This record gives sequence, C-alpha cells and structure tokens, in this order.
Amino acid sequence: MKAIPIAYSLRNLWTRRLTTVLTAGGMALVVFVFAAVLMLDAGLRAALVATGQPDNVLVTRRASGTEVQSAVERTQAAIVESAPGVATGADGRPLVSKETVVLITLPKRGTGVLTNITTRGIGPAGLALRPQVRIVAGHMLRFGTDEIVVGRSISERFDRAGLGDRLRFGGREWTIVGVFDAGGSAFDSEVWGDSEQLMQSFRRQAFSSVVLRVANVNGFDAFRDALESDPRLPVEVKRERTFYEEQSKTMSTFISYLGLTLSVIFSIGALIGAMITMYAAVANRTAEIGALRALGFRRGSILLAFLAESLLLAVLGWIIGLALASLMQWVHISTMNWQSFSELAFSFALTPRIVLSSLAFAIVMGLAGGVLPALRAARLQIVDALRAA
Amino acid sequence: MQFLKLIWRGALRHKLRTGLTVTGLVVAILSFGLLQTIVDAWYAGANAAAPNRLVTRNAVSLVFPMPINYREKIRAVPGVQAVAAANWFGGTYRDTTMRNFFPQFAVDAVSYFAMYPEYRIDPDAFHAFLRDRKGVVVGRKLADTHGFRVGDPIPLKGTIFPGDWEFTVRAIYDPGESTTDTSAMFFHFDYLNETLKRRSPRRADRVGVFVVAIDDVSRAAEVSHAIDELFRNSTAETLTETERAFQIGFAKQTEAIVVAIRLVSFVVIAIILAVMANTMAMTARERTAEYATLKAIGFQPAYVAGLILGESLAIACIGAALGIALTFPIGEWFSAQMGTLFPVFEVSQGTVALQVVCALIVGLAAAALPMRRAAKVRIVDGLRAIG
Repeated sequence: MKAIPIAYSLRNLWTRRLTTVLTAGGMALVVFVFAAVLMLDAGLRAALVATGQPDNVLVTRRASGTEVQSAVERTQAAIVESAPGVATGADGRPLVSKETVVLITLPKRGTGVLTNITTRGIGPAGLALRPQVRIVAGHMLRFGTDEIVVGRSISERFDRAGLGDRLRFGGREWTIVGVFDAGGSAFDSEVWGDSEQLMQSFRRQAFSSVVLRVANVNGFDAFRDALESDPRLPVEVKRERTFYEEQSKTMSTFISYLGLTLSVIFSIGALIGAMITMYAAVANRTAEIGALRALGFRRGSILLAFLAESLLLAVLGWIIGLALASLMQWVHISTMNWQSFSELAFSFALTPRIVLSSLAFAIVMGLAGGVLPALRAARLQIVDALRAA
Repeated sequence: MQFLKLIWRGALRHKLRTGLTVTGLVVAILSFGLLQTIVDAWYAGANAAAPNRLVTRNAVSLVFPMPINYREKIRAVPGVQAVAAANWFGGTYRDTTMRNFFPQFAVDAVSYFAMYPEYRIDPDAFHAFLRDRKGVVVGRKLADTHGFRVGDPIPLKGTIFPGDWEFTVRAIYDPGESTTDTSAMFFHFDYLNETLKRRSPRRADRVGVFVVAIDDVSRAAEVSHAIDELFRNSTAETLTETERAFQIGFAKQTEAIVVAIRLVSFVVIAIILAVMANTMAMTARERTAEYATLKAIGFQPAYVAGLILGESLAIACIGAALGIALTFPIGEWFSAQMGTLFPVFEVSQGTVALQVVCALIVGLAAAALPMRRAAKVRIVDGLRAIG
C-alpha cells in the first residue's frame, strides 16, 4: 500500500491557516488546563514530601491527625526520647526535638487577609533534624530567648515579617533574627521559635509532637510497635514522610478530581472542534480525494492521510499548550491547607511524566476527533467524489 | 422575514457541523455555569451570615480557646442581646475521607438556636433534643446524605477531643432560606464540657467562639470594639467581627483555589470561542461565492454581514438555552454526589445572566472576522473563489 506523503497533510493545514490556528488553539487550551492541574498536584506533593525526611519519625497523640490538634505530655515525651533506637547527634545527645505547634494569624501583604500561620516551637536538635533547612539571612534563633526565625515564603508574603521585625503573639513580642529557606517544603510557610518559650507564653502543659531520627531506618517498624504498644503512651508513630503525605491528601484529592472533571469536559469541546475541522476538510476536498483514489491510492492511505492531519493538529496544540503550561512553573500558589488549617505555599512542578501524559492526552484527542471524518473520506466512491467538483 | 429564513436555512445547511457546534456550546455553557456555582458555594457561609450576629474568637487564632466566663462578661456589654458558646468538635464519622466529613458544633442549644431563626426545627423535636444530654440536631442535607433519622445513633471519634463519643439524632432542621447551610450537626455544649471535666479537666470550661446577637445592626463595629476592649491585656485577648467578615476570612484563605476555578471557567469559554469561530470561518469561506452572488444582485454588504452574524448568534443562543436548561438538573446531581462538601449549591440568577452574556459574546466574536471578509470581498474575486 502506497502512503500519501506527509507533505500533503502539512500543506493542507497551511492552506487553511485560520482554521488550523483556531482548532490547534482550542486543543492547546485543553492541554494547558490538563497539564496545569497535574503540575499543581505534583507541586503540592513535592512540597509536602520534601518536608519529611526519610529517617525522621513523628510522634503525635493517637487519632489527632494533625500536629496542631495533638498533645504529648512531658512525661510521655521523655519516655519517647529515651526509647532504644533513637539516633544520637554529633554532640552525643539524642536527635529528638520536642515541638509545640500552634497557629497564629498574620495579615497577608497587599490584601491584608488574616491568614493562619503554623508556628513551631522546636527543640535544640530541631534544625539538625531538618537538613533541608538553611538560614539564608540573619542567624539561627538562640534558645531561651524571644528570638524567632521565619520561612522564606512568610517573609516574602506577609507584612512586618522581615528580618529584624517584631511579631506580637502569645502576649509578648518576638524578634525575627533570621530567615530560612526550606527548599520549597512546607516549612517555608512556618515561623520557628523555642519550644519551651512558646509553651510558656501560650500556657501549654504539653508538647504537640515529638520529632526524632531513628538510628536504623529498617528498624522503623519495630521501633513503632514498641512505642505504640507501651501502655503509658497514647501515641501514634509515623514516618515523617508518611505524615506529610497524609497532610496533603484532601487537597490533592480535590485538585485531581476537579482537574479530571475539567479535562474531560474540556476535551469534549476540543474533540468537537477537531471533528468540525476535519469534516470540513473532507467535504472541501471531495474531488481531491476522488483524484487521489483514481491515481491509485487505496482507501487505507486516504484514511491515514486524514488521521495524520488530525494528529498534526493535536501535536501542534500539545506543543503550544505545554509551552504555556511550562510558564506556570514560575507561579507560586499560596493557600490554606484544609488538613492542617494553615498557610501552605507551593508551585507548579513540571515532571517528565506530565509531559508524556499530556502528549498521550493530545494524541487521543486528535485520533478521536479525526477518526470519523477520516473514515468518511476513505469510504467515498471514486466516481461520486470526482463528480462532486 | 426572508432574512430570518435565510439565516435559518444557512444554519441547517450543514446539520452535522451545526449539531457539533451546538453540542460544544452546551458543554461549555454548562461547565461555565457549574464552575461559577462552585465559586458561589465557596462564599455560601458569608452569604448566609446575618448582619446582627457577631463572632468573638481568640485574637491569636481560632485554635486557641477562651474561658467560659467570658460568656457572662460579653452578655453585660451594652448593645448585646444574647451570647452563645460554640465549639468546633472535629470528630470523624466512620473514616477520614472527604465523603464522610461534616462539621459538628457543641453549642449552648437554647440561646444558639434562638439566634439562628433560619434553622427550622419542629418544636416537639427540639424539646426532645433539649431533654437528651447526648442528643443532636442535624441538617436536612446531612441527614439525607447519611440516611440519619430521628433516633439513630451517631458515633464519632474525636480528633481534638480524644476518645469515642456517642450521640443520638433527636431533631432535623430544615433551611429557612435558600442560602442556609443544612450540612452541620449541633449538640449540647454542656455534654462536651461535662465529659471533658472527667476526662481531661484542664481542657474543660474553654470555648472556641462566642456568637453574639446585637440589638442594633448599625452599632456592630462599636459593640465589637467594646467586647475586645473588655479583654485587652488578659491572657486570652479576643477578636470580634461580624459573622460575615468571619466567614469571608475562611473563604479568603483558600482564595487561590477560587481564583483558579474562576480562571478555568473563562478558559472554557475561550475554548468554545475558538470552536465557534472556526465553524463560522469555515461556513463563510465555503459560501464566499454565494455572498458575491448576493452582492451582485444588489444586496448591501451589511446584509451579507448580517446573515453571518445572525447565523452565529442563532447557533450561540440555541447552545446557550440548552446549556442553561441543563445546568439545573446536572447541578442538582453534582451537589448530591458531593454530599456535604458544598453545603449550599444553588445556581443563582447572576450565574444564568453570566452564561447568557458569555454566549452572546461568543456569538458576536465568532462572527466578527468572517463578517468583515464577506462584506469586503470584491464580487469578481468572490465569484471566482473556491472553498
């Protein structure tokens, strides 16, 4: 079977430029939405997964779900701290941070919207437990003082939250002595202070959670079982990574459901656009098709040529759509995470998987939109087609 | 008359193409309407807020409680009519999935429901609720979603207040207005408080928010200020605002999502504009020779342009009419599928108006280029043109 040269399809697209641009433009918008939603979901997951360290463990009160709702009494925290299997730091002390997590409200820069901010009191080992956190301006807080450090996203998005500013909460003033970068993780949207100081000013008797590093990652299951079966400890022990993945669940489900629904609805629109264009292409070229058949091209060749034209449209749409979507990587989203009830900033992340799945999506759209018109073209009788001119 | 007939014949000439275009329009107008309704649902809490209600909370943030004795102090503030304590309970029903989530509040039952006349409860059922310490009132939508009936038990697992909690449905409230949220569950504050006194005494006698009813709506700011002044420099300073501002505060924090949905709803219109413009461009191109003929026998360029505009608008209007008609049943179905996630899901008149405007814009814009071409084309060139 002799194939019709691809140049035939290309030239046809070029001859009807306006129609080509409109059809490919419609498809590009659909690809853009499809890719942007996947990128948003990927960005959210990346932010929350990057928050957890693989060998870190988070201990909270059983069934509390979030750190803010959790409470771990001092005696319980001490038992956890001295449990066998906890790694020790360079100074010979166990790598354990007993943390106090509360929410404070700050006005967002520009809009003044009062926003819930996670404020975390950390222990002396708190920074060592999070190697992704680096101080980028000022210095680390000194324990036993009213010094606090803030995440980069906080200092950029909120009023009076820059280096040297003073924040008032919990009945006293706190001085911001440093800004830290947490590599795009959830910590970037947090304020850190001394755990003991925060407990005093908020009149808390219990910590919120205990973060620790296990000496042996493979021994995690045994470590968890030992703690959870201790009758003195009404706690839940999770890998930090698992915990933060769960924190993103509601938001992630919402984004993917919404994205899926939208992509389906939009692709119907784009499919219709492609079908209209291809049907018109077939109708306009009836005589041409007849001539091609008379020259000896088979029905299959005609079918392929029109499918190729539809696919070219889809690929063109994919290129434009993905190019637009990749620009979204510079956009940062900050919103309230429903689960932790506090501010979370993240960005759109383009992964190779998204590039491929959006290509597959575009090709399916092109095929589905082109197959019926192409079949009609292939079914034309030579005599009728030639007479149509 | 002849003009309309020409438009109609033109629209029906390619039945398949017109059919496809109309289908596309229906899908676009429908999804635009649904997305706008989702955005409305986001602000439903704010729309349901009454101007005479204030909300007092801890100034640090909502997760910090206030002592219960604030209730009497607030009641004594001039201009305050009534005060009710309310605590977010945050229990999980069955599991932690979104489907099984619904809000639960522990409230001072008598004063709270007196402040919310839009919650319609049968008086007998309400008395039964008052008599049962573990009784609850659930909203109609919540009851329908989970099949709760009066007398049914509701077991909850506490996340903020640990342990297992048992409740019994004693009454179901109906919406007094279309904006009323009926997806919530209310139970006795005293039950929560007494239980806490036994289980964890340090956490008892603490209240999340106070809902305050005032005499005079115009004095809301003044009364709010007076309440906050009362607790200045205490261990739990307060922040009092109108219920509307309080609810908007919630919606604002997730504004990025609302903005995204809004944006997407306009993208769908852009997509359909591309499809529609394509249809009209092809139609006009195919008929260039006919338009030239019309001009040759003496019709004005405006007449020819009018034919294209008329056809474009006719298709847009049919698509819009069908799309709007479908928005209502599909919106209802969607709302039922989402359960209590969107407490109020109502297609507003504003949404319908927006749908109409968008369809008209699509119809006009799609016709613009072909109209210009057809009106401008020289008769000789037009007659020579091939599609």
